[in-house]
Order: sequence, then structure tokens, then C-alpha cells
Amino acid sequence: MLELRNIEKVVGEEHHIHPTSLVLERGTLNVLLGPTLSGKTSLMRLMAGLDVPTAGSIHFDGQDVTGVRVQDRHVAMVYQQFINYPAMTVYENIASPMRVAGKDKATIDREVRKAAELLKLTPYLDRTPLNLSGGQQQRTALARALVKNASLVLLDEPLANLDYKLREELREELPRIFSQSGAVFVYATTEPTEALLLGGRTATLSQGRVTQYGETIEVYRRPADLLTAITFADPPLNTIGMTKTGHGLHIDEQQAIPVPPHLVSVPDGPVTIAFHPHHLSVQPVSDTAARLSVQALISEIAGSESFVHIDYRGNRWVMLQHGVHEVEPDTMIDVHLDTRHLMAFGEDGRSLNATTGGA
Amino acid sequence: MNTSDTKRSWSWVIPTLYILFLIVPIYWLVNMSFKSNSEILGNFSLWPQSPTIRNYMVIFTDPSWYNGYINSILYVVMNTVISVTAALPAAYAFSRYRFLGDKHLFFWLLTNRMAPPAVFALPFFQLYSAFGLIDTHIAVAIAHCLFNVPLAVWILEGFMSGVPKEIDETAYIDGYSFPRFFVKIFMPLIASGIGVAAFFCFMFSWVELLIARTLTTTDAKPIAATMTRTVSASGMDWGVLAAAGVLTIIPGALVIYFVRNYIAKGFALGRV
Repeated sequence: MLELRNIEKVVGEEHHIHPTSLVLERGTLNVLLGPTLSGKTSLMRLMAGLDVPTAGSIHFDGQDVTGVRVQDRHVAMVYQQFINYPAMTVYENIASPMRVAGKDKATIDREVRKAAELLKLTPYLDRTPLNLSGGQQQRTALARALVKNASLVLLDEPLANLDYKLREELREELPRIFSQSGAVFVYATTEPTEALLLGGRTATLSQGRVTQYGETIEVYRRPADLLTAITFADPPLNTIGMTKTGHGLHIDEQQAIPVPPHLVSVPDGPVTIAFHPHHLSVQPVSDTAARLSVQALISEIAGSESFVHIDYRGNRWVMLQHGVHEVEPDTMIDVHLDTRHLMAFGEDGRSLNATTGGA
Repeated sequence: MNTSDTKRSWSWVIPTLYILFLIVPIYWLVNMSFKSNSEILGNFSLWPQSPTIRNYMVIFTDPSWYNGYINSILYVVMNTVISVTAALPAAYAFSRYRFLGDKHLFFWLLTNRMAPPAVFALPFFQLYSAFGLIDTHIAVAIAHCLFNVPLAVWILEGFMSGVPKEIDETAYIDGYSFPRFFVKIFMPLIASGIGVAAFFCFMFSWVELLIARTLTTTDAKPIAATMTRTVSASGMDWGVLAAAGVLTIIPGALVIYFVRNYIAKGFALGRV
């Protein structure tokens, strides 16, 4: 069990990590989700012991490991860049942590071959990493992390530099490969979709703060605040500032959306309404959908789906439409907003949805 | 069509002339080294009329000659080893850590190379006399470090900065201690840099004459000093001098052969 107690990292005047407390259980997959520069890598470096926190302490299995040398921790880490030892063969690369640990030859050989088999590296054991493709290089790094049998495995955007197909393949395999070890498994990514596919638990990060930590699907469905909701949305979340009075959500005097049942308990006053692009559509999907007249801007067609950029009274939104959907730029079209999925946030950014238990 | 043909047919002229100008002095040196003194001083001839290896035999049999080579090689190798060994950790610190005044210190290192060696001849002589180091190999080797350590630090820093820091960290995570990481993981990665740095140290120390001559008298006298002193001694033995010259070029040519692929990067101080 990895426990971060109020850890903080300040470099010069800059807060890389604001005071953060997290408890990560053994045998779980934990996703750190956040955009670039949100502090994922900084947090991982603190977990690994590569950096020492400015304040706070780190405990592993009840032991205070703050400031313990990284060599003496039981950690494995894989970077976004393909980091291997270029002067050694793939075999030696994988064997290296065990060689340092002084394991006997037979054990090393058995473990290396097992890991190589698992990561499909067996034919390349005699090559040097630079003679391999990117995917093979990263698998070598993963194999090295695997044989170490560490109790804390940190993967910092391990698939970001790989091509699409390899990424899908490895993403499926990774949790399975590491799940048997019973380690605390931490995976950093910038992609909300990747977090959802990996499952497990997710901590969303924004500007050096952990905004929410919980079951991945829960964090996605019921973000506790607007920052979390924005971080955990791809394509980007649509937002609009509205005023709630009684049973109507107003943007101005003329148009109002009826308040959906799950938002009835929201107090009257200004609220930020947010929803995912796939809750907008050209066709009415339910009888609770609100019809809005918007200005079409442009349509991006990505194969089986189209991203239609629209403007609703100065708010730039994206609508996700299945199939190819083309729009005439600068024309007014009617779109339907499925109000059952609206999220409401107060002025402080906290969620006002009743389903989050009022928190 | 016509002009391009003319162009092509004359394009070899300038390079050929250039190479000729470069080669002629070396050829003439080799040419002389196989002639007898009377032939050198006598008629002009493009190649030895009666080739002889007497000049080389003199050098290989006369201790006052071949000791010059041994002395030179000794202090040059000592200097190269000391310079590179000292520069490796220094370059690592400059490439990996930020500390107060690091940039100024780094630049100051290079300025050491801007002073002519003659400036240091007097203080070195005085200092080494006081410590009784005059006429020892180590004296010359250490004196040359003043120029070679900064250069080696600069070259190695360039090569080291090309190695991602994540490799260091991965090694620590894998459990490597710093010394073990440095020798087993890091040094193989910058092997070409070490080669280039060693080459530059070797070349400087090999061709440097002034300090080497000032700090030595007989026991550690370098070959270049032997050559210049022979000029003023019992007449001129042109043939032997030419042979000595040829033999002085060879080590440099050999060393340059081994680092030929990295030399451009070395001249750019590893920053290519």
C-alpha cells in the first residue's frame, strides 16, 4: 500500500505539486489522468523516490520511505521515451535489474525468457535496442520493469509514442501482465479514453493538484468538480453559464431549458452547465431533449463519426454525431440536448448534481 | 549541355591542386628520409636515386634518438589518461546538475585554452623546480593537463548531454549504484566521446613543444626537442632529421584513423 501524506513539491517559486494525499492499494491499477504539465510525472517521480518532496511524507506498507534512495526502494518505472541501455543486448537489458540484485544465472535466464515470451521479444534477445522498432523497444523496457517484480510499478505514458495498433495491443496486455504481481500499479496518461479502457481507479490531475480520486467509471460519471469533468472529457466538455430560477435554466430572458429531474435540488442562482458532446444530436433522442437553435461552424469527419463545431450564443460547443454528417458553415441548425445527462457546477466549481450526494 | 560538360571536365583541377599542395611537404619529408645526406645536398631528384634505410637505422639504434620517442609517448599517454579520468566526473557534473555559477565555471574552463602555452612556461618552471619535478615525465603530463582537462570536459559534456537523463534514473531504479552505473551503463554510451576526447588530448600533448622542452633536460626529453637540438649540434644530418619527422607523424596518423568517424563531432565539442 502506497500512502502519500500531504506531499508537496516546490521548485523555486513554482508549485509542481500542491499538498496531496493519496492511498493506493496493492493489486490495484491506478490511473493518473491529466493534461501535459498537470503534474503526473512530478507525482510519479515523488512516488518513485527520484525526487524528494518539499513537505509531507511517503509511506509504503506502513514504512516511511520519504528520502530513501531509489536504489533501496522496490520500484520499477517505464518512461514515455523508450529508455533502454543501448550498449547492451535486449537479453542483458532485461536481465540487468536481476544481475544487480545478484540473482543466480539459472534464475536470471528463466525469468528473462519468461518475460520475453510474454512480451513477444524472444526473437530479438540478441539484438541491441536501437535495432528494434519503437514498440519492441518499449516492450523491452516493460520486460525489464516486469522481471524486477517490484511492489510499485510506475508507467509514465508508456504507450504515448507508439502507433495506434501497438498501443491498443499493449494497453490490453499491460494490466493482465502486471496484475499477477500484486504490486501497486500506477499508469499516467493524458487520454481520458485510455483511462476508461484501463478501468481500475483514476486520480485526475490539474495544475499540480489531484482533483478527484476514485473508481474510474465513477469519476467519469460523477465528477466532483468542473476541473475534473473537463480533465476527464474527450472530445472536450461543452459548458455554458446559466441561471436557475425555479424550473427553468436561463441563458437570457427569451430561452430556457426545463430543469431535468436530477437537478431540481440545485439552488436557484448562477450555475455552470456542462455536458459531453455525444449528448447533443441532430435527431431528438428522447422526449426530455431540449431543442436549441445553434450556428453551425464546421464539421470534422473522423471516419465513422463527425465532430460538428457549433456556436450557441457565444459558447463554442462540439457535437458528436454518428456517421458522416456535413454542415453548411454559418447556417442555423436545430440540435437536441439530452438534458438527462446535464451536469451542474456551482460558482466554486463544485458539482451540484444530486447523484454525487450533494458533495 | 556543352557548358556542363566543360564544367565537369575541369572540376577535378582545384581539388587535385589542393591535395597536391598538402601532400608535397609530406612527400618531400618521406623522400628525404630515404636519401643519403650527399644526395639531399646534391642534385635535385623527385625520388631517392639510391634508397637507403640508414637514417631510420640511426634512430632505432641510437638511444639519444629513440629515447625521445619513448619519453614523448610516456608523458603523452600519462597526460591522456589523467586528463580523461579527471574530465569524466567533471563533465558528468556539468551535464547533469545545476549549481551556483555552473555556466560561468564551464566557460572559464574553455578560456584556459585561449592563453598561449608560453605564458605558463615560466610559472611552471619555477613551480616544478620547487617540487623537484623538473625532467620527469609526470611533470610534463601534469602541465599539459592545464590545457587538456578543460578541452576534455567540454567535449565529454557535449557527448554526455546527448544521453537522456532518464537512462541514469532507470539505472538507479534498477538498483545500480552510481559508480557501477557510470562504468557499466554510462561509459559505453559515450565511448566515442571518450575516444575523441582522448584523441584531442593526445594530439595536443604530442605536438606541444614549448612547455615540454622547458620542463625537461635529458631524462624526459621529448622527440621534438631532440630534433631541434640536433640542428645546432655537429652539423646537419638532414636524412636522420627527415626520418625522425616521418616517425613523429605516424602516431598522430594512427590515432586519427581510429577516431575518424567521430572527429567532426569532436571538433564541434560534441555538440553536433
